[in-house]
Amino acid sequence: MNPLARRRLGRIALNAAGVAVFVFAVFPVYWMVATAFKPDDQIFTTKFVPFPSPPSMDHVSRVFTKGVAGHSIWQYLLNSTIVALSAVVIGAVFALLAATAVARFRFRFRTSFLILLLIVQMVPAEALLIPLFTMVRRLGLYDQLAGLVLINVGLTLPFSVWMLRTFVAAVPKELEEASWIDGAGRFVTFWRVLFPLVAPGLVATSIFSFITTWNEFVYALTLIGDQGKYTMPVALQFFVGQRSTDWGGIMAASTLMTIPVLVFFLLVQRRMVSGLVAGAVKG
Amino acid sequence: MTQTSTLARGGAAGSAPPRRRPRPGRGPGMPGWVVPYVLLLPGLLVVGALTLYPLYQMADMSFHKVGLRQIKVNNPAPADFVGLDNYRQILGSDLFWSSLRNTVVFAVVAVTLTLLVGTLVGLLLDRLGPKMSTFVVVGVMAAWATPPTAQAIVWKWLFDSDGGAVNWALNLLPDALSELLFGRSDWSGQPWLNDTSTIYLVLIVAVVWASFPFIAVSVLAGLKSVPAELYEAARMDGSGPLTTFRRITFPMLKPVFSVLTVLSIIWDFKVFTQLYLLAGGTVNRDAFNLSLWSYAEAFSSPPKMGLGAAIAAVLTVILLLITLVYVRQIVKSEDVR
Repeated sequence: MNPLARRRLGRIALNAAGVAVFVFAVFPVYWMVATAFKPDDQIFTTKFVPFPSPPSMDHVSRVFTKGVAGHSIWQYLLNSTIVALSAVVIGAVFALLAATAVARFRFRFRTSFLILLLIVQMVPAEALLIPLFTMVRRLGLYDQLAGLVLINVGLTLPFSVWMLRTFVAAVPKELEEASWIDGAGRFVTFWRVLFPLVAPGLVATSIFSFITTWNEFVYALTLIGDQGKYTMPVALQFFVGQRSTDWGGIMAASTLMTIPVLVFFLLVQRRMVSGLVAGAVKG
Repeated sequence: MTQTSTLARGGAAGSAPPRRRPRPGRGPGMPGWVVPYVLLLPGLLVVGALTLYPLYQMADMSFHKVGLRQIKVNNPAPADFVGLDNYRQILGSDLFWSSLRNTVVFAVVAVTLTLLVGTLVGLLLDRLGPKMSTFVVVGVMAAWATPPTAQAIVWKWLFDSDGGAVNWALNLLPDALSELLFGRSDWSGQPWLNDTSTIYLVLIVAVVWASFPFIAVSVLAGLKSVPAELYEAARMDGSGPLTTFRRITFPMLKPVFSVLTVLSIIWDFKVFTQLYLLAGGTVNRDAFNLSLWSYAEAFSSPPKMGLGAAIAAVLTVILLLITLVYVRQIVKSEDVR
């Protein structure tokens, strides 16, 4: 074979492998969406129905109108949104303050604090479930969305600080010094100079926290007993029956839960990688 | 290209400006040395109250008998100190060895497969043309972004005994081939989620599917940061693709690989959500791993919180030992100085 043909063959093989990877990654997601739009007789069959024909809105409209366990899916989406947004806003404020301290100041215990952050991130959330469960009950926050908000701030804060500090460090210090020389106080400088420049980083960090909180399952399962206060991940369980599962309904609900994450994900995936592996590669 | 050399950039952000010596007391207002502590305070409180204190409490509970009466909101009964009884009970239980085995075997297989598939896909992405590469990256993002609960549910559906696509696909195989590979040709109604070993098979598939994209994108970012001259020089010297990988690519990416390995081990060691959903809650005791076992002891009736805490403590110690390796890697790369 001549080299040109060989190279073309190689290119074709590579592209074929690329398509195979794409199909492996996307097929389960596609299957989730496709099942959500299939009428029941195309779901409960041993035949393979590649796509809904014709697509049916039965399951999607059913989870909205008739709902799940007596509540429309709006309720669960709302609960999830309340928890995620509150945790994100509180977490963002705390993370920004701590990140500024770490990135802008040299002080005793700074390195210790950073190492503490790294270790704390690695403590398995599942291991803290028992003590946090008793704590939340003692605080009277069992069955309250506020309890979940508190827990999720704790779960996301260490990583947020870790990620945000590189954004703060990237803002040239001279800008703040100029502001001081012009007579602005620390707060005005922070608010008018540093904050706008760090804002994009803050958005990226917040989206990451949002995804973590939105997906969180174990704590939502244990800290909430009242069905009307369930978040989406826990509400999904209602579709799984003893004898049979309502696959159409559960796929419709799963699709609804996945959409916001997918959108946010495409926005921040680049930063997530650099945040998680930060420092592993140096030029 | 969207993901070019993110690693290099992430690293550079921390190291770019040559930092000046601190000058305490600079800036207006509050004395300079107080400011960082004030800024840190809320964050420290959160970490202290929601991680460090619970860690201490977990250790404390693991030495006590904590049941319903001890966790009542009003007038809880004081918990009896039982010394190492909980730990003795765990070590004496059949469930300890089966759940430890499940935890470790799952982590080893899932981490190996994730790293292998992720690295291969990363190398593939690096060699694809820009359009094709973006196309594949967007595709793998879909797998990565799917929430863990939805992942478990979708794979449960794919492996469903009656309507599942997997059984249908296996039935498509020529009977002789299927017979040769698996010793059977009819897959109709194969119940994948009744048996511990097949539950873990599905779990491995689901977890590898969801976590290889992160590895692939990280490896790709690492590859983009390797100077092209190195490959040029290797080609000049007549190095083949395998030698190039062994002598240039792998050593250059070694720090990335070690961080990715440790992160994957940590993530897979404590897998809970997907296992909980695939195994159908806590009914199948054979299928417990350490985190599911701890949950089952503490939250089924009657609750044995002390015993659950002891299991969680064992899991935490294992994970913190692995974390030490990770922290050393990060500290070595000077990112915390």
